[in-house]
Amino acid sequence: MEEEHQDREQPEIVRCSEPQSHCSPDDTDSLKAAATITLDNTSPAEQGCGTEDPPPCKLDALQEISSTNGPSEPEPEPEPEPEPQPQPQPQGPGGEGPLEASSDQGKVGAGEENGPSEPEGPAVEDDQPENASDSASTDNTLEDSSEFVVTVLARGSLEDQGEGPSSELSEASSPAQAPAPSHRDEDVTAESWRRHRKHVFVLSEAGKPIYSRYGNEEALSSTMGVMMALVSFVQSGDNTIRSIYSGEHGTDEHTVVFMQQGPLVLVSVSCSRQSEQQLRSELLYVYNQIVSMLTQASINRIFERKKNYDLRRLLAGSEKILDGLLNLVDSDPSFLLSAVHCLPLASSLRDSLSQILQKAITPNLVFSILIAKNQLLTIVQEKTVIEDARLEPADLHLLLNLIGASSAFQAGEIWTPICLPLFNPDCYFYAYISYLDPPDCTVCLLLLSTDKEAFYAVADCKRKIDEGMRTQNALRAIAKAQSYSASQVGVSDLRHFMYKPFDVPDNHRQLTQFTSPEMEAPYSSEEERTRLLDLYRYMHSRIHSNSRPLKLIYHVAERETLLAWVTSKFELYTCFSPLVTKASAINAITKLLRWIKKEEDRLFIRNPPKYSTTPNPSKSSRGGKGGPDRQDTTDNGFLSLL
Amino acid sequence: MAEKKVGSRREFLGKASALRVKMVILGSSGVGKSSLALRFSKDEFKNSSPTVGCAYLTQVVCLHDVTLRFEIWDTAGQEKYHSVTPLYYRGAHAALVVYDISKRESFVRAQLWLRELEKHYIPGETVVGLVGNKTDLPNIRQVSLQEGQSLAESKGLVFMETSAKSGEQTSELLLNIAHRVNQRTMDKDRDLTEWREAECVELYQGNRPHPLTACCPIGP
Ligand SMILES: Nc1nc2c(ncn2[C@@H]2O[C@H](COP(=O)(O)OP(=O)(O)OP(=O)(O)O)[C@@H](O)[C@H]2O)c(=O)[nH]1
Ligand SMILES: [Mg+2]
Repeated sequence: MEEEHQDREQPEIVRCSEPQSHCSPDDTDSLKAAATITLDNTSPAEQGCGTEDPPPCKLDALQEISSTNGPSEPEPEPEPEPEPQPQPQPQGPGGEGPLEASSDQGKVGAGEENGPSEPEGPAVEDDQPENASDSASTDNTLEDSSEFVVTVLARGSLEDQGEGPSSELSEASSPAQAPAPSHRDEDVTAESWRRHRKHVFVLSEAGKPIYSRYGNEEALSSTMGVMMALVSFVQSGDNTIRSIYSGEHGTDEHTVVFMQQGPLVLVSVSCSRQSEQQLRSELLYVYNQIVSMLTQASINRIFERKKNYDLRRLLAGSEKILDGLLNLVDSDPSFLLSAVHCLPLASSLRDSLSQILQKAITPNLVFSILIAKNQLLTIVQEKTVIEDARLEPADLHLLLNLIGASSAFQAGEIWTPICLPLFNPDCYFYAYISYLDPPDCTVCLLLLSTDKEAFYAVADCKRKIDEGMRTQNALRAIAKAQSYSASQVGVSDLRHFMYKPFDVPDNHRQLTQFTSPEMEAPYSSEEERTRLLDLYRYMHSRIHSNSRPLKLIYHVAERETLLAWVTSKFELYTCFSPLVTKASAINAITKLLRWIKKEEDRLFIRNPPKYSTTPNPSKSSRGGKGGPDRQDTTDNGFLSLL
Repeated sequence: MAEKKVGSRREFLGKASALRVKMVILGSSGVGKSSLALRFSKDEFKNSSPTVGCAYLTQVVCLHDVTLRFEIWDTAGQEKYHSVTPLYYRGAHAALVVYDISKRESFVRAQLWLRELEKHYIPGETVVGLVGNKTDLPNIRQVSLQEGQSLAESKGLVFMETSAKSGEQTSELLLNIAHRVNQRTMDKDRDLTEWREAECVELYQGNRPHPLTACCPIGP
């Protein structure tokens, strides 16, 4: 079962299919102007939303939109049978685990996470640009899912701020990916605001704005109100809005994806042509980043107590972290692949770094992590803890984003509570974070403990690590480490690739990793890089399509040819120059796989080291003192200060 | 820098030793706590991001009879961290409550912090300082000097207005606190047991001489 789980890397398995015609970048005209709201008729309770009494439906708002948008043009989307959405926290160790997971959240059995079964036998598809082959898979009949075609265009929900949609949405209008620029002051009625490639909104169930990627949430409260009206209208019928599609002959296609997580509603409005599933997993990252700061238990508790609580109070100052996350999600394929990118290192160096970490331990230390250039150098994990629950790549991504998004970690030594939402959404770990090479601040040490009082002991570990690094001159060696170029593979026409193995030794508890060369010419500009990533996203959505997953795709695009291949051992995306032939591409892949095999000791953390910091595992790991801090202090002074 | 002869009552500490002083800095987000901490520890100023959780820095202060190693806990002012701040201010020998003289709201908040501390600290045990920061912004001042002063007086607190940006009054503030902490522990001999001896006195990264480590002869 674990094996299978690895094959399905999406943190959340979404049962609704995305309309196939929608995700092909080469196939823009196939979708008529229409908006479809796809509903999932599982009850909110099943989804863990905990909404016993959905807010009253605000029909007025809805009718208002309907009237401004004219009659609908129903266009049924393919939709396989929906299933209850799994809880976002998969592997809760349960009450038994090291973490004393609170069990107020109904947990869904792990078995349900495996999603729809893979079709037997390989499906291969030749995907030529001209043939709109996508429309093939549209014959699915609707079973017990209700489909609700509403007279609402996605743009309708945005339209209360300004005039009609932009006519032209070119690639060039994609947002700059400068590190966390502040978009808070943007004029939300301006055309430029509307043109952003991907908006993300977070609101509370009561319709209160919490976060907007662009523009000030306050100025957007009426937009958010409309979104909430939609959500609550649908909830009142025991349905949950999942997505809305709109578009006019490819010029202004938007996908609107709604996701409810407990008392929070997350909305993505995107013209990036990503699949609903991808957008949904991105929203889940946003939700989990919020959880990493507040814990799910406390978010739920706050809203149980006060339905219209303004969560911005607690997120004040953290917008940058969410902005940074969304920029990373757009630019770093780690998120798409749900895998961790390691910095290539000679295995002897990586081993000696691991040994340094392994020697610097103290009770209740559970993870020791070294990071450079936003990539993993090595990670050492506590034995008994990792036996109970593995560290998910997503949790590591959230940590890396937190560290990268703020210069706060350059000031001395940081000791902060932090929640790893996939590990356990309701508990805090205490993180010691410090750069090892001030003032350059390129190599960052992260030590996670379950004991909030352990600062001095953990800081002592850092001194030992400093010492070990110094005697081995490790910092200098790390500074020399760098990524590699696709040309090093020695296969002509191969421009870029992403390789994610499933068969890493040790076992399934290993952190999922992937390797990828630098993006080089012709993908050196921001724009071209985005274009390549978009192509990968498209390939990925085809591979992971719920209605018709494919094993192998050969896709001839305008300026390059891509080949994606998934087996039980790996998932591989390759990009070739347009001159390549199918035969030579397949030949190249054989060579590539051979090269990776040869280099794997350098490209991956092969034998994830462990240590034991719990002298009496039965006691400290099983519900004893060793568990991370349940946020028991929430009531004590949390809100008492105002 | 720790070669200064130590006071007779603490001769047992030896030459290279120092007494550890835990000092916590509290106040709203953005008032300049981290900037003050950076002044204290490195005598620098640079633009900072909001603190995550708590930052730990150290600085050695030499008084005429003793060397104090300040362990500064620079807390995050963001509301989401309020539930964990007790973890950081517990057992502190000194606490600075900082407000921004150009933001009245931060002054109101400072009073809430003081009330919070009163609940946890035994009077006379902890040296509490009230700090009005950003005196380099006189044009947009919202809290007058008198207001801060009289609040501090009414509660018997150290009071100082500073600018972390220009460095105005920052080393004076730390010295003032150092003297009082020293005084208090001298007054109560028993307190000394709580002071653990530090193994090594080391400036937190940095070879640059710091104004405060130059064993200034100012004394009470
Ligand atoms: N003009 C002026 N600006 C200052 C001064 N001290 C700090 N600042 C600025 O105020 C902003 C916030 O300073 P920080 O030191 O990060 O504030 P903080 O209290 O640590 O904030 P949190 O960590 O969020 O609690 C930064 O932009 C500083 O540059 C000062 O004395 N004068
Ligand atoms: Mg700060």
